[in-house]
Amino acid sequence: MPDTQTAARLIAQEEAAIVSEWLRLQEVDGGLGSGRVSSAELRVQCERFLSLLRRGLAEGAEAVQDPAFTELRDVLRELSRSRAIQGFTPTETATFIFALKEAMFRTLQQDADAAWALTRLLDGFGLYTFEAYQRAREEVIARQQREISELSTPVVKLWDGVLALPLIGTLDSERTQVVMENLLQNIVDLNAEIAIIDITGVPTVDTLVAQHLLKTIAAARLMGADCIISGIRPQIAQTMVHLGVDLNVVTKASLADAFALALRRVGQSVGRAAPVARPGA
Amino acid sequence: MSGGDLREIRSSDDVVRVRQEVRARAQALGFSLVDQTKIVTAASELARNALDYGGGGTVRLTELRNGGRSGLRLEFEDQGPGIADVEQALRDGFTTGRGLGLGLGGARRLSNEFELVSQPGRGTRVTITRWK
Repeated sequence: MPDTQTAARLIAQEEAAIVSEWLRLQEVDGGLGSGRVSSAELRVQCERFLSLLRRGLAEGAEAVQDPAFTELRDVLRELSRSRAIQGFTPTETATFIFALKEAMFRTLQQDADAAWALTRLLDGFGLYTFEAYQRAREEVIARQQREISELSTPVVKLWDGVLALPLIGTLDSERTQVVMENLLQNIVDLNAEIAIIDITGVPTVDTLVAQHLLKTIAAARLMGADCIISGIRPQIAQTMVHLGVDLNVVTKASLADAFALALRRVGQSVGRAAPVARPGA
Repeated sequence: MSGGDLREIRSSDDVVRVRQEVRARAQALGFSLVDQTKIVTAASELARNALDYGGGGTVRLTELRNGGRSGLRLEFEDQGPGIADVEQALRDGFTTGRGLGLGLGGARRLSNEFELVSQPGRGTRVTITRWK
């Protein structure tokens, strides 16, 4: 009888005992005391995994990628994925597999070859868990990056013909591209004459950021809109002087100043009016 | 020179990380906001140079305490093609790439001490120091 089938037979004899030992070990090492996975849920996952493993072994499967383990891999991938999203550490996630090794050790002592075949297989599944966990984390990060780059580049209409673009964070080449496209499209859509680019939220203005700003300004100009840069803090102003960067455009310390200038340019003004009582006040 | 902490510069994310670490250290040393901004900006320029022109490199950050003065020294090193004419490279507006050609000279003006050692084919080392 092949080793895997011996292993399947041994597991079948003591399946219930293995599951309870497995659950006990996971409660010790797997960080499951925090209640993120209920013990009933975990029991179902363990029973499912063990029966799929036994079935695959009985069919003679020796490697993780064996077609007999297709369903098992799906289960494991889904499990790693949900643990990654729930905030389990990689160790806690992989403990699911490695605790099983320990739980089955006594049972498999009866047959060294079967024990070896299974150990190798479980190591493979352990690595598979890591990979699935990693991939799930990367998906989360990629999604967050996309959200951040969309969130942080809004174009705001302040007045007829006046747009504001509040920039926040690091202005790398990729984000500049998004910002520029967004701004140019809004200049067309809203028929804007003036775009105020506010850099209050940009922590460092180095020559690359300056170059990106210059390109954005030049592109806006070609679309018929003038730019005003606002939010230049004193320390940024001093640094830009030392760098020797000239933005060749009107700059203002605050967005309010830039807005006041923009209104004058489009021939509007804001005056003081008598306060209007609020309804109910 | 040994001592200090070595950081890799292999991607533009590393440039951001270098900036953040330089800012945190300058803050911890009690640099004024202007001095913090100057050294962070200089670090940003040199880290990007090491990445874009040197094909990646390292930076060593050393905190200096000299009597009553404290300062931050940054040594950027790469094994890139090196700089043939240092005078020319430091001139504003000169670039062999697509930048503004202000980074290297700007970094010098933003620092209290500046040293550039480079040989064609042997890489480049730029050391800057900013005192509090």
